[in-house]
Amino acid sequence: MEPNLSIIHQSAHSGLNLGQKLGSILAGLGLLLLSLSLFGVQFPFSFGFLILALLSLGGGMLLYAWYTYRGQTAGIKNNGVWFKSLSNRGLWGMLSAVLITGFYVFLYFMPQYLGQGQNGAANTGLIAFFDPLSQFLKKQPASQWFVYGVLYTLGILVMGIKFIWKYRHNRYQVIRTCSVMFFQTGIAFLLPEFMQRLNQPYYDFKNMWPLDYDFFEKGQMDYLLNSGGVGLFMIVFGVAMIFIISPVLTYFYGKRWYCSWVCGCGGLAETVGDPFRQLSDKSLRAWKIERWLIYSVLVFVVIMTVAVLFAIFHENPAGYYVTRDLFLVLVLAIFGGLGLLLWQRPKYLQQIPRSVKIAASSVFALIIVLTTLAYFTNNPNVFFIPADWLKAWYGFFIGAIFSGVIGVGFYPLMGSRVWCRFGCPMAAILGLQQKFFSRFRITTNGGQCISCGNCSTYCEMGIDVRAYAQKGQDIVRASCVGCGICAAVCPRGVLRLENSALDVHTRAEAVRVIRLDVEKGVGLMH
Amino acid sequence: MHIAIIGNGISGITAARTLRQLSADCQITVISAESDYFFSRTALMYVYMGHLRWKDIQPYEDWFWEKNRIQLKNAHIQSIDTQAKVLHSGSGEQISYDKLIIASGSQPNKYGWPGQDLQGVHGLYSKQDLEAMEKGSIGLERAAIVGGGLIGIEMAEMFHSRHIPVSFLVRESSFWNGVLPAEESAMINRQIREQGIDLRLNTELKEIIDDGTGKAGAVITSTGERIACGYVGLTAGVSPNIGFLQGSGIATQRGILIDALLQTSAPDVYAIGDCAELQQPDPGRRAIEPVWYTGRMMGENVAHNILAKKTAYQPGIWFNSAKFFDIEYQVYGHVPAQFSGEEASLYWEHPDGKKSIRIVYDRASSAVLGFNLMGIRYRQEVCERWIQRKTPLEKVLQDLSLANFDPEFFPEYESALLEKYRAETGKNIQRRAKRSLRSVLQFLKLNQA
Repeated sequence: MEPNLSIIHQSAHSGLNLGQKLGSILAGLGLLLLSLSLFGVQFPFSFGFLILALLSLGGGMLLYAWYTYRGQTAGIKNNGVWFKSLSNRGLWGMLSAVLITGFYVFLYFMPQYLGQGQNGAANTGLIAFFDPLSQFLKKQPASQWFVYGVLYTLGILVMGIKFIWKYRHNRYQVIRTCSVMFFQTGIAFLLPEFMQRLNQPYYDFKNMWPLDYDFFEKGQMDYLLNSGGVGLFMIVFGVAMIFIISPVLTYFYGKRWYCSWVCGCGGLAETVGDPFRQLSDKSLRAWKIERWLIYSVLVFVVIMTVAVLFAIFHENPAGYYVTRDLFLVLVLAIFGGLGLLLWQRPKYLQQIPRSVKIAASSVFALIIVLTTLAYFTNNPNVFFIPADWLKAWYGFFIGAIFSGVIGVGFYPLMGSRVWCRFGCPMAAILGLQQKFFSRFRITTNGGQCISCGNCSTYCEMGIDVRAYAQKGQDIVRASCVGCGICAAVCPRGVLRLENSALDVHTRAEAVRVIRLDVEKGVGLMH
Repeated sequence: MHIAIIGNGISGITAARTLRQLSADCQITVISAESDYFFSRTALMYVYMGHLRWKDIQPYEDWFWEKNRIQLKNAHIQSIDTQAKVLHSGSGEQISYDKLIIASGSQPNKYGWPGQDLQGVHGLYSKQDLEAMEKGSIGLERAAIVGGGLIGIEMAEMFHSRHIPVSFLVRESSFWNGVLPAEESAMINRQIREQGIDLRLNTELKEIIDDGTGKAGAVITSTGERIACGYVGLTAGVSPNIGFLQGSGIATQRGILIDALLQTSAPDVYAIGDCAELQQPDPGRRAIEPVWYTGRMMGENVAHNILAKKTAYQPGIWFNSAKFFDIEYQVYGHVPAQFSGEEASLYWEHPDGKKSIRIVYDRASSAVLGFNLMGIRYRQEVCERWIQRKTPLEKVLQDLSLANFDPEFFPEYESALLEKYRAETGKNIQRRAKRSLRSVLQFLKLNQA
């Protein structure tokens, strides 16, 4: 066992500078005000106090960040990341994990303790504290999701600005971070709230199935269908996102267009989660677990969705364009088509390992057989389990516990992309597209790699980037979200995020590696 | 066949891995007393700075070695019997071999300075040096660094990351000006000073003063000045680590002498990496090149020479890279510190003084010879191809965007360089290629090596 040298370390100048201290106090004050409201303290002019609490929380964090970066020249400065207990799973890291996890448990399962009014009663506590802001934005009292949305957006904005200061020398990072800040604030938070104010349906345009796993739920569809033209447009847009917009964008730019530029979960991971990105596990073992988990969740969400839709269309509901018969045809066409496509000739399909093709085909076949069976036996439950149960289980285990409680609560333990890496079915689909039908890859610069490990360590998705870079091999991995940090932290200029269709079907092959050729000597071989 | 490798740095480990790729049944033993597992020596600084943990600078997980049946042995070889083909370790153990690869690396130079063996005086080469630096940093109020090369500036950055003031003694009139051309060297002087490092040019070490307890307490410089410091970093270059070969009969000069097949004077004994000295290096190349990349190439090469077709070591076009605080540096091909009458160069520097592009070319034929980049990334394969094909400067300037390897959205400075060329020559050259992977792949296909 090698000693961990970072433990021997004693910081010569630990302690904060004056600005950092002031920032901490200010942020602490904001937190204190929020906690006081949580424990039932009622403030006079409470709207003013809420604004004060949010401003001092955000402003304090910004002040802290400003006094961290102003004294440093622009460049990569991960100094002391592994010495600080917040970012090395030390005491502060553990405490924050407990705090965030606890907050999510209350948020999802016991919102009454946050002050959510039950059965139409008025809000109390923390949630009542946010009522004036909610009234101001959409003329409704707050809910736990409104409070969550405000804090979530504030987190992305404040930590996004911090991120931009940290990477101010890197234009890719600056532009990308502006993008996640815009999509969270504008598209995910403000637009839906304003739409509600205008008596239009609540809809987050950048969210899509299967991340938005209840998009195809009956309540949701009825809600949109009953909202007139705008609602219908939202359904059409949602379906277009899944089948047209997202595959096309992923073909051109890789899954990064969504995962690290648009997505809200990704936005939080890239900003609030940035101090923890190095904690993701890079071992081969973790990669094996990752593949089993994420594709299991994908299968689960597909099965759940088929079951839910079948239960809806089984009754030939009025007002829908899809009937019971048409739904069976759709299932046969989509899953049968995908299954057949897998075994076709083109080169980019031939790279898919046989075991993957067999597993996927089996799932497709199972869905087709069971749906057909249910259709002819007139059984509303495709998988012999009520669709509502499936949906409730998915919502509980995946929607709440995995993506929320663990997904964010475990930032300080397993890095910022626990959910995106191990659970997100959206990331799984986009990842498959990226791996087999995309122009995107990370190229390596000849033989310049020195195997230092910065790229692998700071990869939030736990990809062992170095393993490819030191061979001079281009990186095409389903999980890569294209955040570009590996290229940013590389001290030798080895990595670059690029797109090209020229060699799109062979780009993942290990054809460009450093090795010795007996005829040509040692060098970069093609 | 048992192949023993002394040294588990990049050269020895590359040899071991390549041997295993070429043969499933040879027995491979890698011997080192420095560390149990291979680590990236060039990344030692990041452990000290808290960017990485020790395990992060180990490129392979621990199970890798057993899986590939590469035996790792923690031992210090003290002598070699090349007749009986036996290695003798410090603990008295004997290890016999059929083929031996010596990849024992370097050690920091010490030039006989008074006080050079005091406590708190170390180079920065080995894991043990890093541990000494860790210990020496506790309560340290100032460090002095002697020698202005790549390791010296790394050490300055390391202390700086922990807010420990540094006095940096550099013998030359400008940082690393034996390698960097004047403008680039001046850029790095500015960068060092901007960080708040006390850079002393034209200054040598005269003596290290004992603080009374056997530890370093101050240095006296060649200008007679006394600088109080509790730690002295010796970074005036490295020399091959070959002391243990005395009496082995293996021919050495500064390093272990090897022929083009990487063979030493003793039968079945090869030497690679920092410790090896080529008897006939390629024109323009040094006999000892203690850099990561040549170590890796030699490691692959020696494995082929032992198990497959014998191939002369042919390192190809020179390249290297480094990072000086915030400024990345890449070099491809021939970039001399001082230009002879035959070479000329086109140089552009960003107004911020932190980025530059230099293209060196042959005055007579205008063929490009080398590229020197500061704060800008260029693509090795493209630069190599231009140099190999003796491409004329103007053609390179027209297509220069093909070489740009900076991240997306970064400003591109190729037009600025072209503008400079137009202004200097009055010629109206236009850019042709755009920066795109597609164009690069097409270019590389058209110009295959």
